[in-house]
Amino acid sequence: MNWISNYIKPSINSLFSRREVPENLWRKCDGCGTMLFHRELAENLNVCPSCNHHMPIAPRARFESLFDGGVFVPVEVPDPLPDPLGFRDQKRYSDRMREARRKTGEHEAMLVGEGRIGGAPAVAAAQDFAFMGGSMGMYVGNAVIAAAERAVSRRCPLVIFSAAGGARMQEGILSLMQMPRTTVAIRMLREARLPFISVLTNPTTGGVTASYAMLGDVQIAEPGALICFAGPRVIEQTIREKLPEGFQRAEYLLEHGMLDMVVPRREMRDRIATLIRLMMRQPPRSHGDLPQPEAAPDGGAAQDAPAPKAERP
Amino acid sequence: MQNYLDFEKGLSEIEGKAQELRSLAQRNPAMNVEREAAALDEKARELLREIYSRLDPWQKCQVARHPDRPHTRDYVAALFTEFTPLAGDRCFAEDHAVTAGMARFEDRPVVVIGHERGHDTRSRLHHNFGMARPEGYRKAARLMELADRFGLPVITLVDTPGAYPGKGAEERGQAEAIARCTERCLSIGVPIVSVVIGEGGSGGAVALATADRIAMLEHSVYSVISPEGCASILWKDAERMREAAVALRLTAQDLLKLGVIDRIIPEPVGGAQRNREETIARVGKAIGTLLREIEGMKPAARLAARRRKFLQMGAKALA
Repeated sequence: MNWISNYIKPSINSLFSRREVPENLWRKCDGCGTMLFHRELAENLNVCPSCNHHMPIAPRARFESLFDGGVFVPVEVPDPLPDPLGFRDQKRYSDRMREARRKTGEHEAMLVGEGRIGGAPAVAAAQDFAFMGGSMGMYVGNAVIAAAERAVSRRCPLVIFSAAGGARMQEGILSLMQMPRTTVAIRMLREARLPFISVLTNPTTGGVTASYAMLGDVQIAEPGALICFAGPRVIEQTIREKLPEGFQRAEYLLEHGMLDMVVPRREMRDRIATLIRLMMRQPPRSHGDLPQPEAAPDGGAAQDAPAPKAERP
Repeated sequence: MQNYLDFEKGLSEIEGKAQELRSLAQRNPAMNVEREAAALDEKARELLREIYSRLDPWQKCQVARHPDRPHTRDYVAALFTEFTPLAGDRCFAEDHAVTAGMARFEDRPVVVIGHERGHDTRSRLHHNFGMARPEGYRKAARLMELADRFGLPVITLVDTPGAYPGKGAEERGQAEAIARCTERCLSIGVPIVSVVIGEGGSGGAVALATADRIAMLEHSVYSVISPEGCASILWKDAERMREAAVALRLTAQDLLKLGVIDRIIPEPVGGAQRNREETIARVGKAIGTLLREIEGMKPAARLAARRRKFLQMGAKALA
């Protein structure tokens, strides 16, 4: 990771939105099976227009729909030692990493960015389920810490979008240690009296749920998201009975007091903007046209929110 | 009656022979077998030493789970005085998988918290095999807060296959309970010393093991996932747990090299299960030493150092 991959590439990406044209122009909805045109799906933030199923969304696309004008500056995350255990199952960990990097075009399973949300400065981190199941290893831990430190130094709130199968087994005990490490990061925000908004997306499970994802000042989930510590399969094996419909889904957790709200992806940005202004004791948002963000940090053209999808010429 | 592990088969044969010989001699006083029996004893001792000097990671998992190892209640009975158990999370229930209370350790008042696995079928069921539900972690967090208010050091004993993966546990917020308990460990100023006495199973262990000083018994294990679970996910075959145990680097020796733990407490030859009293005494001595290392610090400095310790983890690699 050098300054080119850190700053230049992401800036270009955020300017021209999606870099690669999907090979397959049609995608089948995981929920209802409808065939969806990729452009329509992207414009709808990977939410199926016919059944409202929320499919995974890449961190960059998430940030474009979150930050004002789709503009954000990546926050640098220190790279950990690669493959600290020399882990090998049927494949080498280093080969799995290479494959994930090639497949996603991303460096790791979490992206951190800063910008403005509804006019208010904010830091956000988003987990990438497409990158080894979003699994939390040293890098994700470093990303959460870097995000918290940046929020504290900028005196602004932190929003984390979690999506993970859990801890990254290939980093063994060090992946488990990300639970206390990320919790230290959340304590930094608490003690600086800065808001931490946790947005749980499909799926958020295991050690990720049992650390930062459940420690938000405000807990939001996307509709239908699977949120749990132990997954449904493990529980069914343990108790030897079938689990009820909707068990461990966002709506179920809301009913059981684990969440504040379930918010559809298209309304997420507005809801977060309102919460931030309330918690930061700022005046209500002006409606209608927002002023251009002052000095767009990468000098990029700020466009009208949300989710502009500049097509490639 | 000794419980033998599968890799101790040769040992059980030799010890069985010695025993047979002696019981034969008892019925027939004219026979003198003591020399032969003593030779067999010596052979058994030799073999035991050899087996335990080169346990592989999967064998260590088996030793760590051995039913005859001392459990939290044994340590509490032997090392603490005036143990006063406290119960309940004040929300829903009392969780018998976590034993907790106030007590004295070397005369100083402390709060002691530990997973309890049980020692026979009935007590194992009662303690849910050491698998805590959210109530266990909420009780632990409640007592940590109490300890902090009254300036009592916290001593935790970790011995769990993991947090209980049940329907009710999920409904009542298993993940949230673990997260809050870990957060409590990272927000109190009193000393926290943690000892992994058997199995340190994933998030269910971390919630009690986020401490200033972490020690592990020589043959205990501490891992992000059980070797069986890891094998079934990465090898698609739970029977490949031996390979998974090797790959996960879950032994005390590897964790010390990684800087995740601070100290290894040697076990008597043949493991904690063969000499419980000696093991307990060694753990007691280690807890005393570790507590003295951090007792003199100011609470804010101790807390800052604890956080720094976790932030710095990952700087050392094994590969």
